[in-house]
Amino acid sequence: MLVAILAIAALAAFFGILLGYSAIRFRVEGDPIADQIDALLPQTQCGQCGHPGCRPYAEALAKGEEEINKCLPGGEALVLALADLLGREPVAMDIKEKIPSVAFIEPEDCIGCTRCIQACPVDAIIGAAKQLHAVINSECTGCELCVEPCPVACIQMRPIQEDIQRWRWPYPARQPVESDSAAPLRDAA
Amino acid sequence: MVIALKPKSSPERRLWRFHGGIHIPDEKALSNGRAIERAPLAARLWVPLQQHIGAPGRPLIAVGDSVLKGQMIAEPTGFISAPVHAPTSGRVVAIEPHPVPHPSGLSAPCALIEPDGAETWAELPPPLADYPQLDPALIRERIRWAGVVGMGGASFPTSVKLTPGTDREIHTLIINGAECEPYITCDDRLMRERAAHILEGVRIMHHLLRVRTVLIGIEDNKPEAIAAMQLALAETDMGGYTEIVTIPTLYPSGGEKQLIRILTGKEVPTSGIPAQIGIVCQNVSTAAAVADAVLEGRPLIARVVTVTGHAIAEPRNLEVPVGTPIEHLIAQCGGYRETPRKLICGGPMMGFELRESTTPITKSTNCLLALAPAEAPDPEPALACIRCGRCAEVCPAKLLPQQLYWNARAKDLDRVQDYNLFDCIECGCCAQVCPSHIPLVQYYRYAKTEIWAREQEKRKSEQARARHAAKQARLERQEQEKQARLRKQKEALAAKPAAAADGDDAKKVLIEAARQRAAERKRSDAAGQD
Ligand code: SF4
Ligand code: SF4
Ligand code: SF4
Ligand code: SF4
Repeated sequence: MLVAILAIAALAAFFGILLGYSAIRFRVEGDPIADQIDALLPQTQCGQCGHPGCRPYAEALAKGEEEINKCLPGGEALVLALADLLGREPVAMDIKEKIPSVAFIEPEDCIGCTRCIQACPVDAIIGAAKQLHAVINSECTGCELCVEPCPVACIQMRPIQEDIQRWRWPYPARQPVESDSAAPLRDAA
Repeated sequence: MVIALKPKSSPERRLWRFHGGIHIPDEKALSNGRAIERAPLAARLWVPLQQHIGAPGRPLIAVGDSVLKGQMIAEPTGFISAPVHAPTSGRVVAIEPHPVPHPSGLSAPCALIEPDGAETWAELPPPLADYPQLDPALIRERIRWAGVVGMGGASFPTSVKLTPGTDREIHTLIINGAECEPYITCDDRLMRERAAHILEGVRIMHHLLRVRTVLIGIEDNKPEAIAAMQLALAETDMGGYTEIVTIPTLYPSGGEKQLIRILTGKEVPTSGIPAQIGIVCQNVSTAAAVADAVLEGRPLIARVVTVTGHAIAEPRNLEVPVGTPIEHLIAQCGGYRETPRKLICGGPMMGFELRESTTPITKSTNCLLALAPAEAPDPEPALACIRCGRCAEVCPAKLLPQQLYWNARAKDLDRVQDYNLFDCIECGCCAQVCPSHIPLVQYYRYAKTEIWAREQEKRKSEQARARHAAKQARLERQEQEKQARLRKQKEALAAKPAAAADGDDAKKVLIEAARQRAAERKRSDAAGQD
């Protein structure tokens, strides 16, 4: 009987300590709002928002320390989505949206210094020291972070070629004139 | 509900009505009076290396290669994929992007083949005339090899559609001979002239799907085709399960879901496919291509195309090799009677404009329509929506077109999907009846492609996030390893003097050791000289 009680008590103590330890050791870092914001950001990791990547910008937004119109790659669509999520007023983007591009390394000029590899936030450049480097187009986010570090200036940004898979029907040019009073009953709901 | 699926042909067969639809002048008399003619070979064929929906094919040829008629030039790369074969014998002079029939007018990889005129066939697989005794997998493999895709416009690989899933039973095969869109008559002519061949294909598909019933739906504006098909059916043993059903002419009765509704009374669920309710739909041209593949071992390398419109001098149906430039077809039909206002691939309702006269025809091009200015007047200026609701009355998909329009116009891509945008078949009925002349379908097309593009971007940023996180983790790991290495070196350095002598610092010990070694050497040198 005593043995049993002791054994149970020992087990209870053991698990208690284990739980206490894991609560500290494996604490889940993060903030659900920041996660939601991060899910909306384009993940280009370009730093044009003034933060060292998308996640830090998301955290700043979550704390309410930032404007919602800082992300250039996200553009107007992102401003609207953020305004929706955070219940803020949409703010105009002050700079024009960029043409989607990917980096291109001029094979003749690359000296294989690996600096672009170090700069690329998404490991979209392959190559080893003193070997020719190349960009994996499908992975490049067009952040331009690799352009500046290149000592021989052999990286250029090239606009993504329009192809059939990527093509979209344009917004109709023949716009009817609609007065606002005729708008559908969308806000009645 | 009683569903009239009686196997025997019965004049009193019950038909259902789909919601909406419109009557429009069919203009079929322009081209349906002449028999199908085989067009002479063009001087150059631009064969698109992808002519199906699904994974792109892998090219099997190089520039400079000689190819034989029927030789595979691109192989499929996945389950939903299809090969492409050389439409004639000749030489591959280029493999490069060339405009293909697509609303964008953009280019895609094509093989430019210069025919040698000999029409030498490659070695073909043997005919499978005894297919009822063969393993169905073998027959499906043959259809796949032949590159048969839906020829009514969808270009979905046919072998995939003929592979029923194990989870649901397919009980009805519907053969689409409705050809509801104005001007187009290629299926009409095919049914009139090659009814027996079409039925052979139907029999093969019936064998593969093991369906109970086959219904062949044909609009009543094609009495000759109906008569020819009935005559051909009477000469087969398929009457027990096959019925030719005359359906009223009403656009768009040839839409897959609409035809299913007319013939069976069943509704395909929203954003679902017919197989979910036990039905598979195939086009009559596709049935003929299946017969070619199985009974003659021939790949799909040619098709019947309607060349019509009031701007064409002599409209007719031509049988042409895939890859033939459209200018060649127009020349075969006596050229233009007058300068066309618009050149359309497909019909006037669902087709799209072509911009390049060297665009080739593909396996799914059914019609080339050159509209004279009188047929295609400038669109009237669009006015405000007056909410008359006429668009909703005619919509065969039972949608609310004006709601779709408002939300697409406001670029509200979530809300437009709430109104089942993706059930819209882009039939154009709504725009046709809209008294305000709003180009409604253009809004739906815009919204659809915009939603797809956005989804693609989202996937891409998910990928970027994962790669970024992986890189951060790697950098962190490397940093930790570096720290660990440094720590070890330091520890090693700290450990040495402690082990050496009397707590002296490392340098002293080293110097002392070196001095001793030098002294030792001197001593031994002296000893050696002695
Ligand atoms: S600007 Fe946008 S894409 Fe660039 S790092 Fe900031 S949040 Fe990310
Ligand atoms: S390759 Fe250059 S532009 Fe592309 S993601 Fe990497 S750093 Fe950015
Ligand atoms: S038919 Fe035209 S005007 Fe009438 S409700 Fe529909 S979109 Fe509006
Ligand atoms: S185009 Fe779409 S919304 Fe308009 S009638 Fe046809 S299915 Fe309905």
